[in-house]
Amino acid sequence: MSSSSGAAAHDSHGHEHPSYVQHHFTNAVQQFDTAKLGMWVFIATEILMFGGLFVAYLLGKAHEPEVFVAGHHYLNKIMGATNTIVLLFSSLTAALAVRSSQLGKRNETSAWLVITILCACVFLVIKYFEYSHKIEEGLLPGRYFGHPNFDMSAAPGFHEALPARANMFFGLYFMMTGLHGLHVIIGMGILVWVLIRNIRGDFSAEYFTAVDLGALYWHLVDLVWIYLFPLLYLVG
Amino acid sequence: MSNYDEATLNTNYLTATKGWKSWAFSLDHKRIGLMYLAVVLAAFLAGGIFALLVRTELMSHGPTIVSGPTYNKLFTLHGAIMVFLFIIPSVPGSLGNFILPIQLGAKDVAFPKLNLLSFYIYIFGACLTLMSIAHGSVDTGWTFYTPYSLQDPDAATKVLYMTLGVFVLGFSSILTGLNFLVTIHKLRAPGLTWTRLPLFIWGMYATSIMQVLATPVLAITLLMLVFERVFGLGIFDPKLGGDPILFQHFFWFYSHPAVYIMIVPGMAVVSELFATFSRRVIFGYFAVAMSSLGLALVGFIVWAHHMFTSGMSEFANMLFSALTFLVAIPSGVKVFNWTATLYKGSISFAPPMLYALAFLFLFTIGGLTGLFLGTLNTDIHLHDTYFVVAHFHYVMMGGTVIGFIGGLLYWWPKMTGKMYNFGGATVGAWLTFIGFNVTFLTQFVLGSRGMPRRYYDYLPEFESLHRISTIGSYILASGLVTTACVLIHSLAKGRAAGRNPWGSVALEWKTQTPPVFQNFEETPIVTKGPYDYHLATDDELVEDLYAPNPAE
Repeated sequence: MSSSSGAAAHDSHGHEHPSYVQHHFTNAVQQFDTAKLGMWVFIATEILMFGGLFVAYLLGKAHEPEVFVAGHHYLNKIMGATNTIVLLFSSLTAALAVRSSQLGKRNETSAWLVITILCACVFLVIKYFEYSHKIEEGLLPGRYFGHPNFDMSAAPGFHEALPARANMFFGLYFMMTGLHGLHVIIGMGILVWVLIRNIRGDFSAEYFTAVDLGALYWHLVDLVWIYLFPLLYLVG
Repeated sequence: MSNYDEATLNTNYLTATKGWKSWAFSLDHKRIGLMYLAVVLAAFLAGGIFALLVRTELMSHGPTIVSGPTYNKLFTLHGAIMVFLFIIPSVPGSLGNFILPIQLGAKDVAFPKLNLLSFYIYIFGACLTLMSIAHGSVDTGWTFYTPYSLQDPDAATKVLYMTLGVFVLGFSSILTGLNFLVTIHKLRAPGLTWTRLPLFIWGMYATSIMQVLATPVLAITLLMLVFERVFGLGIFDPKLGGDPILFQHFFWFYSHPAVYIMIVPGMAVVSELFATFSRRVIFGYFAVAMSSLGLALVGFIVWAHHMFTSGMSEFANMLFSALTFLVAIPSGVKVFNWTATLYKGSISFAPPMLYALAFLFLFTIGGLTGLFLGTLNTDIHLHDTYFVVAHFHYVMMGGTVIGFIGGLLYWWPKMTGKMYNFGGATVGAWLTFIGFNVTFLTQFVLGSRGMPRRYYDYLPEFESLHRISTIGSYILASGLVTTACVLIHSLAKGRAAGRNPWGSVALEWKTQTPPVFQNFEETPIVTKGPYDYHLATDDELVEDLYAPNPAE
């Protein structure tokens, strides 16, 4: 079994392996390069996956631009912009966490990771308020647009002012931001796991792979949002 | 692996550790490969039974054994199971997992835990797919075209199960591709340069690129389909103002590369077979290696040739038709170079080689008939007829599946340590080859005369050809059953195989049979190419079909 925290093992030539180098690697450099390439390839798959949604967006925008313009007025630009700043800042702190980890400063790494995770929380809280406003206003995907199943007498009636196809715009809005939100949650999970391992003392100036890769993933989460924000909120 | 002692690491991998947990939670690529082999063969059996039911129904004009709606479900299940549960994971999951790290002289794949995860994701996805059968089974065809997959309100649950199942299976495929890609880049033995890589590795490399780049698009497409179904988004459903052609574009953006995810591993396997059984270096090694990458590249820009009759613009039709002809170049490079490899080679007709030769013959027919379909004006006539069915069965079954069985017979002694009966395997190969041609050559004729695919019934004048095709499918099935019996018999009664039964100079034959837990006792240092027969010593070329008998 490969284990990063087992006792030092010998390979077939009797070389001493540092405990964090898994059995099937020759040395720590090879293991790090391998992990990093793996993460980059994984990020490529993520981009292709979001790519499908972006293509659907572009096609819809090309065919029915008026729907997208009408719909985007009902997204909250202040909240969207705040979230953009929060995520950009969290990317900085994630990068600083990697830097301090490379220098072997354990406590500093923990501090930067905690700030990054807090930023993620702020993002999700703001997103929660945005979503609940949309739900109250009946600006929902597809056949739920305008809340046909609920009492709408208290709602502001925005949906009546919008073209009928705005249900597709809000469908895309919820799918794109929803899938992104899921990635924020997964990214938080990864960062919490990295934090726990950092506090446990798994990392050093020689071995910081998980910190590096966790931050790399977090940058992807940030990057996707950087495209989502203008496309959805500022499209008019 | 670090907590295993030296003795365990250098023991036969089948017996190094014991108990069911040592298999179910094994991180050893060889054991994961065998587990994959067991499940993909089970899927092959299920898909094969559905195929035989479909063919039996078509035996006679009019209703034969099942009703029309059941027939729709049977061909959907046949297609979906064969594509997603069998062919796509077949070579990479089983042979690739087993052989790729050994050919690289590595101790394991780059990410052993991801490897095991990909296996269990496959199992989970397969269960979801099969749940759709419990809910009454899908009848959309394996392509889930909108609005078929959206319109029937009773079909909601089963379409959801099927699409979610395929969604999950995609992640298994992505993880395998990612693992192989990184392994090939980073875990090659000292001296194993890119130009010394076996062509099986080059094929798996091209396949992995496609798996990694195309499968995520299928994932998001199926997710959108699920959302369309649940929320009525109006992206794909024309009733809601959506664009059903968009779904076809998305679907084929994955599923056309998926065709090459299926065929390139078959090509990868037979490249090894031609070298070993002709005792020659592969003619045009570099061109064959690059043609795999060429297929991966071209595979991404021809998807819309599945949609010539869907109502795309004239310009798009012409563009995709012209691009489609590019596919013939890397395919031709392979076929001509394999043939040139045979020339003046020292050819032996061991059972794996029979499959390689069958591949050459069948893939050529499959490839050339593809040109008929890539040409716009003939495609209008042939689109959605049995001609298409015959064409892609020649490539998928005659190519990939034949290559897979050939590879299985080639590496079987290395994987299991047992040698099988050559006579039985030869009979199986011939029955498969004859049965296959009887089944599908007739379908070319049926299709060109206008028999549409997926129809439950047909005009009386097609009956004789349909009957010949059905009888062919029984011969084909008997060939596959014979091969299965030969392999099962070898497990029970077969003689222990030698280290290098085929006299190959490739790296995977230099380790023990079966390999030790860590593949090689000493990390090998590679000094020559995998097909350098002209540089080999006499010792290396000895065919030790059977392990030395200790009593002698």
